[in-house]
Amino acid sequence: MNVIYAIIDFLLPFEAFEWTFMKNALLAILLLTPLLALLGTMAVNQQMAFFSDALGHSALTGIGLGVVLGVSSDLLAMLVFGVVWALLICRIKQTGATSTDTVISVFSSTSVAAGLLILSRGGGFAKYSSLLVGDVLAVTAQDLLWLLVALIAGIILWAVMYNRLLMASISPSLARTRGVRVQLVECAFVVLVAVAVMLSIKWVGVMLINALLILPAAAARNVARSSRQHALISVIIALVCGFAGLVSSYAWDTTVGAAIVLWAAGCYFISLGLRRFIR
Amino acid sequence: MSSQCSLCRIALENVSVTRGGQTLLTDVNMHIHCGQLTVIIGQNGAGKTTLVRALLGEFTHGGAIRHVDSDGREVPRLRTGYVPQHLAFDKEMPVTVEDFLAANFTRRPVWTGVSRRTREKVVEALRAVDGEALLKRPLGRCSGGELQRVLLALAIHPTPDLLVLDEPVSGVDQNGLKMFLDTVARLKAQHHMAILLVSHDLSLVQKYADHVALLDKSVLIQGTPDTVYHSPEFQRIFGVGARNLQSTRIHGADRWTPRVTSDAADGEVPEA
Repeated sequence: MNVIYAIIDFLLPFEAFEWTFMKNALLAILLLTPLLALLGTMAVNQQMAFFSDALGHSALTGIGLGVVLGVSSDLLAMLVFGVVWALLICRIKQTGATSTDTVISVFSSTSVAAGLLILSRGGGFAKYSSLLVGDVLAVTAQDLLWLLVALIAGIILWAVMYNRLLMASISPSLARTRGVRVQLVECAFVVLVAVAVMLSIKWVGVMLINALLILPAAAARNVARSSRQHALISVIIALVCGFAGLVSSYAWDTTVGAAIVLWAAGCYFISLGLRRFIR
Repeated sequence: MSSQCSLCRIALENVSVTRGGQTLLTDVNMHIHCGQLTVIIGQNGAGKTTLVRALLGEFTHGGAIRHVDSDGREVPRLRTGYVPQHLAFDKEMPVTVEDFLAANFTRRPVWTGVSRRTREKVVEALRAVDGEALLKRPLGRCSGGELQRVLLALAIHPTPDLLVLDEPVSGVDQNGLKMFLDTVARLKAQHHMAILLVSHDLSLVQKYADHVALLDKSVLIQGTPDTVYHSPEFQRIFGVGARNLQSTRIHGADRWTPRVTSDAADGEVPEA
């Protein structure tokens, strides 16, 4: 860890990064944002922005249920609930019986309300309110190790499923005739997104997690022509905005998540303007 | 070449499809021969698409679909290539034709790039359908006809035993369709595969088809285009017995506006 700190000291000889918590936060951002940005490319292509938004909100219910059931780890409770919730929505989406966005909205508000109800019982919600905005400055060296493991595992899974997911997102029936198990691949993707979102919520917050997933990919989509450009530009935007957000939040003394998201939003609007000239 | 294995075929025997209590197809009996273009015609709701989905294994069906080689032996496996009628995808998706084909040809995720070997394979596949120029084109920027050719390039890799083409009803102009069918005719000669075309264009069918089957829940009549087009069954379904079919596209009999020429004067009276 000290070696990495020394490298940061060498590369970024600024006052802000003299603090260990800033170094940790920087590393956390460098680990978190690329995976979300990669997953986001397909979430945007599959028109799942609303779905992932609702998924983030369901973290509250996960923790709430964890408290009721006496699960000691908030993260575990969030992960289990998130995955179950994701599979449920995936199932509804695939049956195609009802309008998906209405169903998602119903589930989303139900889960937020249920989470708030449980967590606010006896007036104790204040201790969970940090979940809403997250705090990347509280990340520890131990957390970073877990984020690294998650990043590597996530990217491997993503690489394995990508081509089949791409085929399924272009035409499910055509993909099926070519031997792709469409439902399985779609559900695997949704679960991967759920896990990535739940792992990030503590640092980014329920309110903003979806922006990190969707904004870089949405901005990249405006200017990319190919899958490779889409992935590459999305990751670059995420990393640059993550860094810029961290530095600017230090300078202006604001919350980090919001600063990152605003930078990413800026990128989106710029890309919207460039779109005519580039694509 | 076709004489070598005139018996090589995909045989449909009493194929029927029932879904949700409704009979969509009943007792369909026909052979789709290798090296031939077999065309299915019929009105909307006649069960054309149902038959395609049964062939592709998407719908469960009664009866049997058997793949028989030129010696009359049954081949257990039937590899189908499929060109859908249209592709309802998000046109803004940043995916090039190269990405699309490479994703089908290799396991390496296309966002990491395309290897030289895969690219050669993609280019070769596109060359077979005169589509090399489309390599770097975003999929959403292809015209209907271009997309059709990309899908054809995909459908013939790996070479299928049965190629199923669902001809587009809209979005492809007459020229694009002719070009597509010329490519199909060339493939038929080169690869000697069995080709099934679901067609909505009666005039082009006459020119390209080797075998035509008129479908209405079951096969009403089948044979050479001439046989079928001069049959009372054809006249009953499409309301005309004229051989010179001037109508271009049909979307069901309501849009059918034939020009009856002197060829119709051989005793056949077109129905009003």
